[in-house]
Amino acid sequence: MGISVDTPEQTREYMLQKAGYTFTFLSDPKLETIGRYDLIHVKELASGKDISRPAEFLLDPSGTVRWRMVTENFFVIARPEQVLEAAKTLP
Amino acid sequence: MKRLNWQIWAGFLLSLFAVLSYGFLFVRWPITREFPWANLILFAIAFVLLFFGLRRAFKPDKRIVAKIFSSLAAAFGVLLLAGLLFLIYVMGSWLPRSAAAPQVGQKAPAFTLTDSNDKTVTLAQLLTEPIDNKPPKGVLLIFYRGYW
Repeated sequence: MGISVDTPEQTREYMLQKAGYTFTFLSDPKLETIGRYDLIHVKELASGKDISRPAEFLLDPSGTVRWRMVTENFFVIARPEQVLEAAKTLP
Repeated sequence: MKRLNWQIWAGFLLSLFAVLSYGFLFVRWPITREFPWANLILFAIAFVLLFFGLRRAFKPDKRIVAKIFSSLAAAFGVLLLAGLLFLIYVMGSWLPRSAAAPQVGQKAPAFTLTDSNDKTVTLAQLLTEPIDNKPPKGVLLIFYRGYW
């Protein structure tokens, strides 16, 4: 699932209608979950707002993190093939 | 007869394209985003053009205005390259440290959020609710910047 500060309405417009994605998007406009995962990017430069920094976590059915990517460079995020490779290790 | 120094103009415009194309084109694919080799090739061609343009402008018969203009154009091209590299390698790393983000082996913190159908979803649900009558093998959480 994708998680961002966008509201459900914004998600419908940008991710479902314009980008055409079909997986689940969750809205965290108050940054409660993003904060609990320590991912808040305070006053991010391009937006001027508090938003989520990019990060990916793969959880097994018990909710334990099996793989993660918390990038050190905004332009380098998890590639689909990296996630698929990590998913092979799931029980 | 005064002829246009096309190499300077082409080099200048190409270096402008080399920097802008990262944002509107090459940032889309990991292979051209993570290392901007496509843009570096464009810059290399631009600098060859600027070099020949400069050489032409600095021939003895050329006017001082042409020398100044072509020098500025070449300097601007170099500045654009520096700007692109600054954006990717310096500004790109201006991220929070996220030292307390869940580590491999740790339990992911629980959450309750709203999906794009305005329905409330918990992490516990995502981990257990069957998909096509089969229990989920796992859950991938992708935190992204959003469009605010």
